[in-house]
Amino acid sequence: MKSAVIVFPGSNCDRDLATALELVTGRKPEMVWHRDSELPEGVDFIGVPGGFSYGDYLRSGAMAARSPIMRAVTDAANRGVPVIGICNGFQVLTEAGLLPGALMRNARLSFVCRPVPLRVENSQSLFTSAYNAGEEIAFPVAHHDGNYQADDATLDRLEGEGRVAFRYLDEVNGSARSIAGILNDAGNVLGLMPHPERVVEPAHGGTDGRRLFEGLLEAVA
Amino acid sequence: MKARVFITLKPGVLDPQGKAIHHALEGLGFAGVNDVRAGKMIELDLADGTSDCDIEDMCRKLLANTVIENFRIERLENA
Repeated sequence: MKSAVIVFPGSNCDRDLATALELVTGRKPEMVWHRDSELPEGVDFIGVPGGFSYGDYLRSGAMAARSPIMRAVTDAANRGVPVIGICNGFQVLTEAGLLPGALMRNARLSFVCRPVPLRVENSQSLFTSAYNAGEEIAFPVAHHDGNYQADDATLDRLEGEGRVAFRYLDEVNGSARSIAGILNDAGNVLGLMPHPERVVEPAHGGTDGRRLFEGLLEAVA
Repeated sequence: MKARVFITLKPGVLDPQGKAIHHALEGLGFAGVNDVRAGKMIELDLADGTSDCDIEDMCRKLLANTVIENFRIERLENA
């Protein structure tokens, strides 16, 4: 699997994501700078990493979503290339219009940094096929703006179409319907606030995130 | 020519920052504050002849996230 990780000024989970991808796929991803306008030829998977791109200026993810490389990412996503946005990457994908809704300041205003229990709501997607439906797992979160909000019609549609991929099992940030991660309508774009790339080796204190990348590899290969 | 863009959360969208400011005002003893909503103001210094349409386009494409925010444009004609 040929993967690419997008790097914005202020990204800080790009290397964690690259390490997890290399561990699972056996191949180093290409790191693509935000000013580039093209992705590597024949890329099979794109990761938009966590961090504080552009210092969270204006709104988290707002500036990154308008950077030159995001036009190429949007074109690739529209062609069906799988794209994952983790944490700030999720914020970038909503700001770019690749996923519906918005990520607002956490309801209790505090930065939340801890492992959180999650339920896998959809085990049929490109990203979640290595989990069982309804399985309870734990990924760490580390964010200030993770409070997922959308209008009721959008939320109903996400639920009805099985596009809620992960849900928090306890109160984390005030997200509508405890949504932790969602899919686009074609199912090839996933955005989630928790960090699967931070739990891929036993030394991390958990390996629940590893299966996300393993399932993806199997689906893409 | 200058213009100001006022960006506010849509009615009904929870505003945790506004709530915290509200609590702080109450803590300082200010009675009678019914609600607080926080937003932002962006001042633009524009070339003469920039149309309302252009400014609205800037708001829609970048300055506001219309999923959760409304915007209002105020032109400062003599600035």
